[in-house]
Amino acid sequence: MYLRAAAELVLPHVTDAAVIFANGYISRAGHALGDRPGHFYMIGSMGLAAAIGLGIAIGQPRRRVVVLDGDGNVLMNLGELATAAALRPANFHHVVFDNGVYASTGNQPTLSDTIDLAAVARAAGYAHAARVENAPELQAALPRFFATPGPGFLLVKIDREEGTPFGRVAIEPSVMAARLRAFLAPRASGEGGGGI
Amino acid sequence: MPSAAELVDHLLACGFDFFTGVPCSLVKEALAELNRRGLFVVENREDAALGLAAGAYLAGRLPLVISQSSGVGVALNALTSLHMIYRIPTLLLVTWRGHRGVDAPEHVVWGRALPGVLERVGIPFQELESARVLAQIDWAAAVLRDQPGPVALVSPPGVLN
Repeated sequence: MYLRAAAELVLPHVTDAAVIFANGYISRAGHALGDRPGHFYMIGSMGLAAAIGLGIAIGQPRRRVVVLDGDGNVLMNLGELATAAALRPANFHHVVFDNGVYASTGNQPTLSDTIDLAAVARAAGYAHAARVENAPELQAALPRFFATPGPGFLLVKIDREEGTPFGRVAIEPSVMAARLRAFLAPRASGEGGGGI
Repeated sequence: MPSAAELVDHLLACGFDFFTGVPCSLVKEALAELNRRGLFVVENREDAALGLAAGAYLAGRLPLVISQSSGVGVALNALTSLHMIYRIPTLLLVTWRGHRGVDAPEHVVWGRALPGVLERVGIPFQELESARVLAQIDWAAAVLRDQPGPVALVSPPGVLN
């Protein structure tokens, strides 16, 4: 299962959520496979996708927040797993596409082949953490993963691939920030607000 | 110098409603006051705090990040490749360790470099002065409204507590 196939299985489950995409091919996939106002493509600040998602999750405890992360990103800021576990936002769902490499710089290996990031998340104190190895397992896991209160962690093993599967994100960063903020603005129904 | 309660009251009055960062002894009373009110979210690193702050802003909040001067070094890439290009307003309250070279050795080099680095990167900042702290917070809040991005208030020893 390549990134494209994995993302195509996940994205239909997160259409109502704020979705933070890690930098590199994960952001590019989100942009190419169906851009939405709730999508935020983190093109720089590697390692901080989960922190951005956590900030949203505690800023708006009633909105669903999904972080689509990568193994290189998680390893760059492993401490965020502790922050997520400590803050314990029920609306925070952390999906990690793990191909074991820094794909966009040329498939240099990360450390993820030798450590189990789902086990690290579980040990840190996520409410639940699971690992799937292929498309049928991912498809079967997704409904329950998103229905279970978080913080939840889903490690999705994907295959490394050659070449450049997606083009760069073509949206001006400040436009992305403004549209996500508008998407998350409290509605007349009283959504949003509260929390820390 | 405003008391810790006056400082927090004034920050709240200026619209700041999300407080995170990494602690410093130079603002331990302010941190204690934020914690008493249940307002402070502690982070492990200053760049992670900036990530949290960016998310909080996207969720409708106005964030403030507390950091030592050394933490600005940790946070520079978040400031430049996240807050500056996405135009995310965030107030940095930076305690100026290494001010005038008088501090523990690990703070001296960065303490000397801090204002120049902020200027070169393009982050508006002011050095806090005891008699003007509240007015300088007003200045920072106005800059955040007019040109969204990071703004810093740099606090030498003895200005806040």
